[in-house]
Amino acid sequence: MGAHAYAIQARNVKKHYGRTKEGPGLNGLTLNVPAGSIFGLLGPNGAGKTTAVKILTTLLRMDEGSATVAGYDVSKEGHLVRSRIGLAGQYAAVDEQLTGYQNLEMFGRLNRLPKGQARRRAEELLTQFDLTEAAGRAVGKYSGGMRRRLDLAASLIVSPDVLFVDEPTTGLDPLARQEVWGAIRSLKEAGTTVLLTTQYLEEADQLADLVSILKDGRVIREGTPEALKSSFGGDRLEVTLLRQEEVVKAERILRGIGGAFVLVDNAANRISVPVTDRTGSLLKAASAFADSGLEPEDIVLRRPTLDEVFIHFTGQNGVSNKEESR
Amino acid sequence: MITMERNVKNIQPSGAARIRYAFTDVWVLSKRELLHWGGNPWGIMIGWLFPVMMLLMFGYLFGGAMAVPGGGSYFEFLMPGMFAMTMFFGVESTVMAVTTDASKGVTDRFRSMPIHASAVLLGRCMVDMLNSVIGLLVLIVTGLLLGWGWHEGADHALGAFGLLLLLRFSLLWVGIFVGLHATNPHNVSMVQLLVWPVGFLSNVFVDTTTMPAWLGAIAEFNPLSATSTAARELFGNPGLRGESWMSEHALLLAVGWPVLLLAIFLPLAVRSYRRLNR
Ligand SMILES: Nc1ncnc2c1ncn2[C@@H]1O[C@H](COP(=O)(O)OP(=O)(O)O)[C@@H](O)[C@H]1O
Ligand SMILES: [Mg+2]
Repeated sequence: MGAHAYAIQARNVKKHYGRTKEGPGLNGLTLNVPAGSIFGLLGPNGAGKTTAVKILTTLLRMDEGSATVAGYDVSKEGHLVRSRIGLAGQYAAVDEQLTGYQNLEMFGRLNRLPKGQARRRAEELLTQFDLTEAAGRAVGKYSGGMRRRLDLAASLIVSPDVLFVDEPTTGLDPLARQEVWGAIRSLKEAGTTVLLTTQYLEEADQLADLVSILKDGRVIREGTPEALKSSFGGDRLEVTLLRQEEVVKAERILRGIGGAFVLVDNAANRISVPVTDRTGSLLKAASAFADSGLEPEDIVLRRPTLDEVFIHFTGQNGVSNKEESR
Repeated sequence: MITMERNVKNIQPSGAARIRYAFTDVWVLSKRELLHWGGNPWGIMIGWLFPVMMLLMFGYLFGGAMAVPGGGSYFEFLMPGMFAMTMFFGVESTVMAVTTDASKGVTDRFRSMPIHASAVLLGRCMVDMLNSVIGLLVLIVTGLLLGWGWHEGADHALGAFGLLLLLRFSLLWVGIFVGLHATNPHNVSMVQLLVWPVGFLSNVFVDTTTMPAWLGAIAEFNPLSATSTAARELFGNPGLRGESWMSEHALLLAVGWPVLLLAIFLPLAVRSYRRLNR
């Protein structure tokens, strides 16, 4: 394989399940994933992330369009693609009846490693993914995080040029999530291109060099996390109230000061609005609150989060880690 | 820190290397299934002992009330039928294993790796056949201990066992096909329910001449009946040869049915495996 600028390229890929021509699936997906980057495919449930991963890893056939992975055509050179990729699917795909060690040894052998090398590599990966203690236990008894890590280890037995990771941290506790993130970062350092799908905006923000936001099987925004945040407008004025009853009143005041895209988080008694004039709007808000007798707990100016970009562009609530852990 | 292993995969292996890889793959995947047995020894053993239990139940509990048309011992009549039934019940474990792998994503992982579809399916095949051979042996030994025997020579008896395993082999591919389409282990319980009427609607336990004519005709049509009748003939076990074309050509059908099933379901199973989820 030569030095391709892009590890993954997809051109107008369409895929519909069953006999439909419209509706769920992919409606013309175009992606350019630079070699050596971590690429975040971001989208709510049902956006088509898993479908995209399955097509790029040759598990599904596309209806229309074209795509290359590691320089090979996924439709015509499936076997070559398969010898260059690793896949950690949405559901940890390891054999639950085998032990962690047996799993890795088996996948090593299937990856053409000689017996001795497969065993050595299995032990190495178990150490690196902190699974040595559980190595002899059946995977069915592993926790979600352990299973995920084993799954990731299994897709790294031989270094893939391109690794696909479908929602690697869904259902993991924050500690396990950090571990998986660490693993993905060190992969990048080792030169692997990573395509990561996620519903967690924070995850994309933390890991990805580039992000594409997917909605209804189509990319609706793309760029670096920073660029996406700026494209969404300037800063946001965020006000936190002490009492639930004050939220409606405060919202009315803020609507008069900031832009149209107001977000209200009722659970946290928090409202935010986009503003252009930083100090001016802060002062306006402060005096308006004083006039109306409201005493907010907190007033801050801050950069928009990727969550807000997401909600704005997809019209849906992304699941953020914060919300989930509440 | 995670270290990387240099990619040793030979991207386009030569013909000889490809064959060597294919053998390794089949062996590694078969070994995986054997490790499953080790992890669930009771489940496997119950699978082998279940037909013995059925045999005792039908042979002794109901056997007294059963008359074999044309005379002879019901137990001798029952044994070949139980052999065929055992081959048939093996399908359940095939379906279950295939569905579990597919629903857990294990199949997808295999499919995303540079291993040939046939290696995965052959691994499944070898181990399920081994399972059935052992189940058959357990039943043979039990039968022999309880007084069953073959009366037409060892060569005919071997022929009968061959036909039984041929039936199992063809049903295996039906099982793989069904398993790939069952989508989750929950649906497999439907398959397990269906196994019973299909198994009983045959001449395994009773001669079809004792059934209402229309039901008997359906039972005669059952591949299980063909193999049971053929095995009875080859073992020299009792069981009146009916007048129907089906029972007069039992040997032919005992080969024809499995071959037909194979011709249909082997390609379908391979296709489903390749196109899973498409
Ligand atoms: N096998 C399938 N058959 C029919 N529809 C499917 C199938 N798989 C996914 N879909 C539909 O396609 C859409 C995209 O699904 P998916 O790619 O899994 O989304 P995501 O991974 O982003 O949650 C969803 O509406 C889903 O219901
Ligand atoms: Mg998904």
